[in-house]
Amino acid sequence: MKMKKYNFGYFFKEGIRGIFLHGLMSSAAVCSIVACLLIMGSFTLVAVNMNATLSKMEQENEIIAYVDESLTLDQAKTLEANLKAVPNVLSCTFVSRDDAMKDFAAEKQENSLFQNLPSKILRHRYHIRMKNIEQMNATVSQIKQIKGISSVSALLDISKGFITVRNIAGGVAVILIVVLLVISVFIISNTTRMATFSRREEIAIMKMVGATNWFIRWPFIYEGLILGVFAAIVAFFLQWGIYDAIVAAISRSDTMSLFVVLPFQHMALSVVEIFIATGFLVGVGGSMMTIRKFLRV
Amino acid sequence: MVRLIGVHKSYENGARALVDVNLRIDDGEFVFLVGPSGSGKSTIIKLLTAEIAPTEGRLMVNGYNLNNIHMSQIPYLRRTLGVVFQDFRLIDKKTVYDNMTFAMRAVGATTGEIKKRVPYVLELVGLDKKTRRLPHELSGGEQQRVAIARALVNNPSMIVADEPTGNLDPARSLEIMLLLERINALGTTVLVVTHEKGLVNRFSKRVVAIESGRIVSDGMDGYYGYEDEEV
Repeated sequence: MKMKKYNFGYFFKEGIRGIFLHGLMSSAAVCSIVACLLIMGSFTLVAVNMNATLSKMEQENEIIAYVDESLTLDQAKTLEANLKAVPNVLSCTFVSRDDAMKDFAAEKQENSLFQNLPSKILRHRYHIRMKNIEQMNATVSQIKQIKGISSVSALLDISKGFITVRNIAGGVAVILIVVLLVISVFIISNTTRMATFSRREEIAIMKMVGATNWFIRWPFIYEGLILGVFAAIVAFFLQWGIYDAIVAAISRSDTMSLFVVLPFQHMALSVVEIFIATGFLVGVGGSMMTIRKFLRV
Repeated sequence: MVRLIGVHKSYENGARALVDVNLRIDDGEFVFLVGPSGSGKSTIIKLLTAEIAPTEGRLMVNGYNLNNIHMSQIPYLRRTLGVVFQDFRLIDKKTVYDNMTFAMRAVGATTGEIKKRVPYVLELVGLDKKTRRLPHELSGGEQQRVAIARALVNNPSMIVADEPTGNLDPARSLEIMLLLERINALGTTVLVVTHEKGLVNRFSKRVVAIESGRIVSDGMDGYYGYEDEEV
C-alpha cells in the first residue's frame, strides 16, 4: 500500500462528509453501538462487582464449626489438625467456650439479661476461613464428617446467591458481547453499504481516473472508525452516569450493604480502553467488510 | 502507444466480440474508431482500460503489458489514459472546479499541484469563467468540455473518447472535435469512438472501421470507409 502523508487529512474530511451525508444511518449506527456497549459494559461491571464481593466474603466470611459438648478442652484442641487437613481450609482458630462467652457478654453488655451466664451453655468452636468461597458447600460437608464436630454454621445461601449472580452476569455478558458485536458490525456494514451505493458513481470515476483501491477505501474506513470511536466515548460517559446512579441507590439501601461496590473511577481506564477498542474494531471491521465488494470494478 | 496483436475476445455467454484484431496507435496520433452498435468498439475501450482481459492475443498500452498486468498496477495504467464518455459522468453535486480536484485527489495530487493544474486545463477547454458552476447549470457541450478537462487534468498520454458527441447538436459536436484536435496538437494521443460520419469526414485523420469484431478498414486519409446505416 502506497500512501502519502497529506492524504490522511483529506480522508478524514471525506469520512466526516460521509457521516453527515447519511446522517440518519450514521445516527442509527452510533445508537446501536452505544446500546451494545452499554449492555456489554453493564453486565461486565456487575460481574466485576460480584467478583469483588465474593473476594471480600472469602476474606471476611468464616465458617463456625462447633465441637461436640462431650469433648474436653484438650480433646477439642486436637481437632485443629483434622480441620487444617481439609483442602479448602485456609486457617482455623480455636475459641474455647469461656472465650466465646466473654465475646458474647461483650457484644450484649447493654443487656443485663445476658451477663453472668455460665460458659457451659456454649460450645468450644473453631472459626474457619476458606481459600475459595465457591467450594463452601463441599467444605462444610467435609468438616461435618470430622469426628468431634457436632455442627457447622455457614452463610451458604448468601454465598450461593453471589456466586449465581456472578456466574449469570458473566455468562450473559459473554453471550451478549458476541451477539451485540455481530449486530454492531452488521449495522456499520449496512451504513457503509448505503454510503458506497450512493457514491458508486464517484467510486467508478475514481477507479476510471486511476485511484488505487486503498485511496477509495480510506474515507469509508475513517467513517466507520469515527462512528465507532464516537459511539464508544458516548457510551463511556453514559455508563459512568448510570453506574454512579446505581451506586448512589445502593449506598442508600441497608439491604444492599452486603455488596462491595467499586468506584467507577477505579475501572474507568479499563472501561474506556475496552469501549474504544471495541468501537474501533466494530467500525473499521464493518466498513472493510462492505467496501471490499464495491472495489471489484 | 497502443498495440493489439491477434486479439480475440469472447464473453462468458459465448458471444465473440473481437476476432483477430491487429491495431497499432502511435504516440501523438489522432484516430477515429468507427462501426455500428455491437461491432466491438466498446470492447476495445474496455480492453484498453483493463476492465476486461483479452481471451487471446497480445495487448500493450502505454508501456503496460495487459496480458499479465497485476491488479495493483491497473490504477497506474489508467492514469496514463483519460477517458471521456457520451453521458459525461460528472459528479452533479460538485462544481466544475471540484470535479477537477476530485480527479486529481484520486491520484494523490497535492493542493499545490491542483492549484497549478486545474486553472490551466479549464482555460484550455474554455471554461475558466465557469469554475464555480454545477454541471446542471452548464449546456451539454460545456459539460462535455468539463469531462474532457477532467480526462486531461492528470496529464495522460492518451485520451479515449467514447461517443463524445453523441448527446450534442452538430455545432457543439464540432466544438468538441476541434478541442480534441487541439489537445492532440499539444502532444496527447487521441482515440475517438464515434458514429458521426459527417463529423469524421470534416477531419483528415486516420479512421479505423470495425464490424462484427473485425477491423474492416484502416485509412490515414480521414475517409469514413465504413457505411453505417444509423448515420
